[in-house]
Amino acid sequence: MQLTVWTYEGPPHVGALRIAASMKGVHYVLHAPQGDTYADLLFTMIERRRTRPPVTYTTFQARDLGKDTAELFKDACREAVERFKPQAILVGASCTAELIQDDPGGLAKALGLDVPVVPLELPSYQRKENWGAAETFYRLVRGFAGGREKPARQEGAPASCNILGPTALGFRNRDDIVEVKKLLKSLGVEINVVAPLDASPLDLTRLPAADFNVVLYPEIAETAANWLKREFGQPIVRTVPIGVTATREFIREVAELAGVDPAEALATDADRLSWYARSVDSNYLTGKRVFIYGDATHALAAARIAEEELGFKVCGLGTYSFNFARDITAAARKYGVEPLISDDHLDVEEAIVEAHPELVLGTQMERNTAKRLRIPCAVISAPVHVQDFPARYAPQMGFEGANVIFDSWVHPLMMGLEEHLLGMFREDFEFHDDTGASHLAAVNAARGAGGQGAAIRAEQPAFEAAAAPEETTPDTTDSPDGAAARWTPEAEKELKKIPFFVRGKARRNTERFADETGVNVITIETLYDAKAHFAR
Amino acid sequence: MSNTAARCDAPAAGREPTIHQRGQHEVFCGLTSIIWLHRKMQDAFFLIVGSRTCAHLMQSAAGVMIFAEPRFATAIIEERDLSGMADLHDELDAVVERLLKRRPDIKMLVLVGSCPSEVIKLDLSRAAERLNREHAPDRRVIAYSGSGIETTFTQGEDSFLATLVDECPVAEADAAPSLVVAGSLADVVEDQFSRIFQALGIENVAFLPTRRSDRLPAIGPNTRFLLAQPFLNEAAKKLERRGATHIPALFPLGEEGTTAWLKAASDAFGVDPARFEAVTAPGRERARKALESYAETLSGKRIFFFPDSQLEPALARFLSREAGMGLTEIGSPYLHRRHLAAELDLLPEDVVLSEGQDVERQIDRCHEADPDLIVCGLGLANPFEAEGYATKWSIELVFTPIQGYEQAGDLAELFARPLRRRAALKVEV
Repeated sequence: MQLTVWTYEGPPHVGALRIAASMKGVHYVLHAPQGDTYADLLFTMIERRRTRPPVTYTTFQARDLGKDTAELFKDACREAVERFKPQAILVGASCTAELIQDDPGGLAKALGLDVPVVPLELPSYQRKENWGAAETFYRLVRGFAGGREKPARQEGAPASCNILGPTALGFRNRDDIVEVKKLLKSLGVEINVVAPLDASPLDLTRLPAADFNVVLYPEIAETAANWLKREFGQPIVRTVPIGVTATREFIREVAELAGVDPAEALATDADRLSWYARSVDSNYLTGKRVFIYGDATHALAAARIAEEELGFKVCGLGTYSFNFARDITAAARKYGVEPLISDDHLDVEEAIVEAHPELVLGTQMERNTAKRLRIPCAVISAPVHVQDFPARYAPQMGFEGANVIFDSWVHPLMMGLEEHLLGMFREDFEFHDDTGASHLAAVNAARGAGGQGAAIRAEQPAFEAAAAPEETTPDTTDSPDGAAARWTPEAEKELKKIPFFVRGKARRNTERFADETGVNVITIETLYDAKAHFAR
Repeated sequence: MSNTAARCDAPAAGREPTIHQRGQHEVFCGLTSIIWLHRKMQDAFFLIVGSRTCAHLMQSAAGVMIFAEPRFATAIIEERDLSGMADLHDELDAVVERLLKRRPDIKMLVLVGSCPSEVIKLDLSRAAERLNREHAPDRRVIAYSGSGIETTFTQGEDSFLATLVDECPVAEADAAPSLVVAGSLADVVEDQFSRIFQALGIENVAFLPTRRSDRLPAIGPNTRFLLAQPFLNEAAKKLERRGATHIPALFPLGEEGTTAWLKAASDAFGVDPARFEAVTAPGRERARKALESYAETLSGKRIFFFPDSQLEPALARFLSREAGMGLTEIGSPYLHRRHLAAELDLLPEDVVLSEGQDVERQIDRCHEADPDLIVCGLGLANPFEAEGYATKWSIELVFTPIQGYEQAGDLAELFARPLRRRAALKVEV
């Protein structure tokens, strides 16, 4: 049994639903109790889709259990086919229906429906959403492309590829597709099929015609791509074009497979990240400590961009994609940090507190953690909330994706000059970092005034209120019991002049230095001795 | 399709529903009630014993409240628990241990059953008894089921309150008369009603759920209870079994509903009619005044209700009688004939009442009725908007203070806003 408040991934049938909702002409008949219909709102509310996802839930109740839930399932199947006239139906069970063992696949087959039935076995108590999506996509690809011949390529025809992996609810998938198509077009490569997003079962039958496959999200498309490689000998482009370097590598890798010259595509002026990162204003980004957590694809890409393209320092790297633990571990080693392979958001929160980052790149859960800890944050990976399906064009992939990333990671940080002024005028009563944003001056002033502040604080958003208690005891929480007594009041005051996000680290380093050098009472001198000792 | 056969009768006396449906339900399960219950009872923690789906449901439905650490969590059942490799009760004990260590402030731990825990027949009441032996008297452990195979949405609160009644102390036969108001109300509404009861001279008033788990009211033969919410079937039965008497009334929505609700209590407690008149007159006047400004937007507009919270008949009564709206179909997951008797009597003869749901057929009927405003859940709202209909998310009706005189205008505003908004937006979709 696992104790959890928030989950990074839903159950595997939600992954299957994402594939069904991505495609055209597919309907999913899900044996499930009524509560499971909440999944519809993921699409209609969070992604703001204009149509309901193509799913029929049997919504069986306790009173049906003693009778015939199988009959309910068969009725639902027949009705769905009649009403929605899909090209194919997916059938399966959610976690509760798995326990009653009605065998949706067998039942649907026995109905003799006049559409293909793809049965799904998604073990809810072992697997999760991304696995469910990958498995469903694989089953569909295998079901519709299986047993077909790979047509011979016509003489002189341009090379063609499939783009595999973009799905409903995928992080920025809608815009990434546009960027990737742009890159392929610049190389003169034809796009055969994009799947699952906007593909029909009929489109899947055409998959074997491509020369190779581009895998945008290994979490979802790798299983299917590996099968296509075995079955039709289609090579896989494995570089995910997130970041400038990866985009260039992607172009070279595709050019190699397509037998074309990448020079023109590489000589683009679309990349602004590289120059922005080099411009003098960006100097203040140097060595910013960044904590990264997300799905494997986005976390790996983020770590590389952070270190190699923006000059940050990765101070934490983790993922909830257990299947890709090896890749994350290798990358973490490269950047000299401990890999965090966990889907427990409390572990992640703990790791963030421990790492004292200046920027957090994560999912919506890390955004909330970062807000509580008052650390700047940008979202880089699913799961996300409605605000991460922006109205504007905001890809992550390709050169434009890199430009978007530059903006969205740098904007949450304080501007360079602002930071310098903070360093210089730390005791300006309106300006120090405990004051908060100047447009909230009235609130902050009241906060300082104590009792009166409580009333105003009550009107603050929940995360402000949650952060408030920590402000009153920011430092003692960082230090072991009784250790505060070792600090002279002057040293304690001097410590307060250090920015809050590194203050805990400074405290611990100083105490460690004091322990190691046998200093009992920590003075201002000790503080600065330790600073020199640990200077990087 | 046999299980979705719709039975269409002429509206009979006693207001039987015109349509009974059995098909796909598009309603949250009872677990979702925890989203407001965990805020209402401030020293309680709700631990769902269920699957990853339960945890995912809670965070998807409660997404907007993610900033503060909630007082609920899910103990996710895993393969090793099902295969017998791990003992479910030992596992649960370990989870509870970890949880209580993290939240020592919790005084009442509520184990909540889910679809999977019900299907595998995990006995959470027994688990609660066992844990109680260990943690009492510092903490109380209770259990109820919020599973979607037994409860829809607001019925989760009903199950919780029914369990809570078991925990209430016994009031002796010679105890002073007392009033229990059952059903979660926003704190601000509770405070308003408390002041009115006080002004009426009704003493010993308690609200259930209480804000703290150690302040549960005593219940006995001299207890009378008012329902503040229409979904409290089991809780009412439990109260009656304790000897308490139900005070039948309209629900306190709108000026009319609030007055009737307070009047029923006043009559039961022998309050002088002149005093009642004096105490309620200012509130009634304010409610009427607040509602006036909505007449223009709402009057004559036709509304269609998809089933959600069981509040639908009372809302429809308010909208038709106090805002002049036209009613098409009123869908409700379940109609409690006795508790809703007064409400149903006030509905116009020609309204279609439907109980249960077959969502595809109901969408067909909605298209046919072509209403000006559709009240529906989060899964349906945007698709209807994309088709050109105005919608009101039903879930907001359980998350917003809407009861009582001072909220009558706010309640009308919830329905008027989508209509005003449509009128304001000049861009085509």
